Amino acid sequence: MNLTNNPEKNPGKNEQPISLVLCGEAGQGIQTVEGLLTRIFKLSGLNVYATKEYMSRVRGGSNSIQILISSRKILAPLNRIDILIPLDESAISHLKNRIGENTIILGEKEKILPDREILDIPFTQVAEDIGNQIFANIVAVGVIAGIFRINQGISLKCTKERFLLKGEKIIQGNTNAIKKGYEIASDLMDTGKTAQFFIPFDDSEHQVKEEIVLNGAEAVSLGAISGGCNFISAYPMSPSTGVLTFLSQHAEEFNLIAEQAEDEISAINMALGSWYAGARGMVTTSGGGLALMEEGVSLSGMLELPVVIHLAQRPGPATGLPTRTEQGDLELAVYCGHGEFPRIIFAPGGIQDMFYLTQQAFNLADKYQIPVFILTDEYLMDTYYNTSEFDLSAIKVKTYIHKTKKDYKRYLLSPNGISKRGIPGWGEGMVLVDSDEHDESGRITEDLYLRTKMVNKRLKKFEEIKKDAILPELIGSKDYKTLLVGWGSTYHILKEALKILNEDKVAILHFKQVFPLPDKTEYYLKKAEKLVIVENNATSQFSKILMLYTGIKIKHKILKYNGLPFFADELASQLGKIISGEENAQ
Amino acid sequence: MKNLFDLDNKGLDIAWCPGCGNFGILKALKSALMKLKIQPESLVMVSGIGQAAKMPQYLKTNMFNGLHGRELPVATAIKVCNPDLTVIAEGGDGDMYGEGGNHFIHAIRRNPDITIIVHDNLVYGLTKGQASPTSQIGFQTPVQINGVILEPFNPLAVAIALNVSFVARSFIGDEEETVKILEEAIHHKGLALVDIFQPCVSFNKQNTYTWFKENTFYLNQHDFNDKLAAFEMAVKKDKYPLGIFYKQQGKKTFEESVKIYEKDQTAMINRRFDQEKIKKLIEAKK
Repeated sequence: MNLTNNPEKNPGKNEQPISLVLCGEAGQGIQTVEGLLTRIFKLSGLNVYATKEYMSRVRGGSNSIQILISSRKILAPLNRIDILIPLDESAISHLKNRIGENTIILGEKEKILPDREILDIPFTQVAEDIGNQIFANIVAVGVIAGIFRINQGISLKCTKERFLLKGEKIIQGNTNAIKKGYEIASDLMDTGKTAQFFIPFDDSEHQVKEEIVLNGAEAVSLGAISGGCNFISAYPMSPSTGVLTFLSQHAEEFNLIAEQAEDEISAINMALGSWYAGARGMVTTSGGGLALMEEGVSLSGMLELPVVIHLAQRPGPATGLPTRTEQGDLELAVYCGHGEFPRIIFAPGGIQDMFYLTQQAFNLADKYQIPVFILTDEYLMDTYYNTSEFDLSAIKVKTYIHKTKKDYKRYLLSPNGISKRGIPGWGEGMVLVDSDEHDESGRITEDLYLRTKMVNKRLKKFEEIKKDAILPELIGSKDYKTLLVGWGSTYHILKEALKILNEDKVAILHFKQVFPLPDKTEYYLKKAEKLVIVENNATSQFSKILMLYTGIKIKHKILKYNGLPFFADELASQLGKIISGEENAQ
Repeated sequence: MKNLFDLDNKGLDIAWCPGCGNFGILKALKSALMKLKIQPESLVMVSGIGQAAKMPQYLKTNMFNGLHGRELPVATAIKVCNPDLTVIAEGGDGDMYGEGGNHFIHAIRRNPDITIIVHDNLVYGLTKGQASPTSQIGFQTPVQINGVILEPFNPLAVAIALNVSFVARSFIGDEEETVKILEEAIHHKGLALVDIFQPCVSFNKQNTYTWFKENTFYLNQHDFNDKLAAFEMAVKKDKYPLGIFYKQQGKKTFEESVKIYEKDQTAMINRRFDQEKIKKLIEAKK
């Protein structure tokens, strides 16, 4: 096992993460093992990252969770598996392409009927000896914590916390299961059957312990609340539902109205009604839901009413792969809604981005009176890791509403296209908004001279919006020859791949605002000798947008569209071939 | 007496055909609002698309003229975000029962304290004469050339089946009675549906003023607290009853059921954002 981290042999240097994968049917208790293990690792001061892939079913199927444990932050999935815990017969075949020579498989031979060498540990039998087979998964937790040489006190503390409400008997059983697990781990290491996975790290500042752990759905939700969101209407659709759930559960606490609408059409119309009445509403949906909302997006453009749209992408067309990931709806977000009107599209790269960009989306929607999209995907929604606490002193809820006077006109023409937005019942004036072309007061008109003026007024806002555009982030060598271009959820994966590659003269240009494109885009692209775009879709939608607005064509494309995110190690080897000129990609 | 809801611009070119029932409904609505002493600033008229949905254009008040069939989600959200506002959603039979049919069902289930006024002329006006959800079987149009074959939608029966809070029907040939019904409906707490029979002088030569007069009658000695009796009246087809079919007091409104209004009735616009609470929630994620 070449990944063994023996502190005596390799003091404090090894930055390699350990890739631990749990695989089994839905409903087998994988989540308990995952939740408990990540908590134990994090409280021991180790960085944890967890991501899952699962089938679209409530019970059964083959689902796996990858947990990366490391001394430095590694926030990208890896193809490689160091330790595999298969919980059923189909687990090994499900992951066969990812199991390597060095993968250690820990499991019950009797249950999983492996076709290869595994470390047979009779978890069920051990659990029964303790008193009940339901403790089997917790025995496994104990074994893993043991081979990582985690302080047993921390494991026991986390286990007690986890089962606090389950009664004394269950707590005692699970505590015993942890202890038994540690004993097994100790035997295994003593007899040389397994290596220990001790990861050296500097815990003097307790950095990791003080960090927060959250997934994408939580980050978007907290960003929304911090942006002053006080209304959400949505129709459940994977993978976007987590935001509706989170906000519903915290509605009372945060003065928020959360309503499950009868359909997506209703959801976006409700959200627009909420902004009209002085609230700050959002919707959360996936591609199919946004397709239904399109007319509402156009209504936002015409009424100049703000709305925040969280679009968690999954593979299409139509109902596609409901529980998988894809960056396939960028063009939908750019072009949805009939007619011509401005919009902003953010594509966060990770937890921090999801929080800050969602927060900002509410301010910008209000400022420009437009729809603002947060483009995430299943991968971002279902991935969590420890990250530094958000800096709330850096953010502010900015409102741009206007107390009306008697002669108020909703669409008063102005030099920058923005007219003051009044709220009905707030001030002396009347607020008229009209989906038909309208005059300055908001009443229907067929005055074609005025029509031209109104179109120009709405589009003029684009110029202002561009001034606020978030610049792409350049990572790596400033005098790059090869530039890797990406957007949204591939952010950390690209960074990790670049690290694995360890090449000079290669940089990443990552966009977290994909529309409208920030001004410096062309400048960065022109400087490169070789451009490579990396996208989680089949037609390289972002390179088409780059071509349209900069005239620059990207020849080398690395595209993945099987429903899984890129793995950093896999991507690094693909990139390596293109950089060396060995392969020209698609 | 000056009506507060009259437009300042008297010369406005109204888009309806001469003789259209919409003129009567506009007049009736304005007098009902005056009688109820509602202020134009505290009223929001929400409409979709269609000839009837142009109504808010011709009143002096707040207006949200949105998408075809989508007035009810908008009206519901406005009311729940600011319960101090009076909210009326208005549209035609195609708008409300066809395009917006799903929202019609679920708005009744939610029961926001809004009034739904439907101009029911049994035909599509704006798109020039096709069948509507309430068109009668056999009604011939340029599209339904052999006559309508679909069972007409029965909004009153559907509403009663959904345990609606208030439901009535009037005929605009009788403006005085329409004003009274509208007054009751707007005043009623909870969702109130008023289906107004109205002839379309351009595209419906079958259901004319005379036809409506001959084929309707006022409910007499009808107990509007009796749901089964109301349903029996709602499904009548030989002649169509007019008046208040059903109403119930004390049914919890959507706004009343929303947790945040339980202790504090302040509208969303006047509530403040509390960063301290978020700080705590984020810290709990450690």
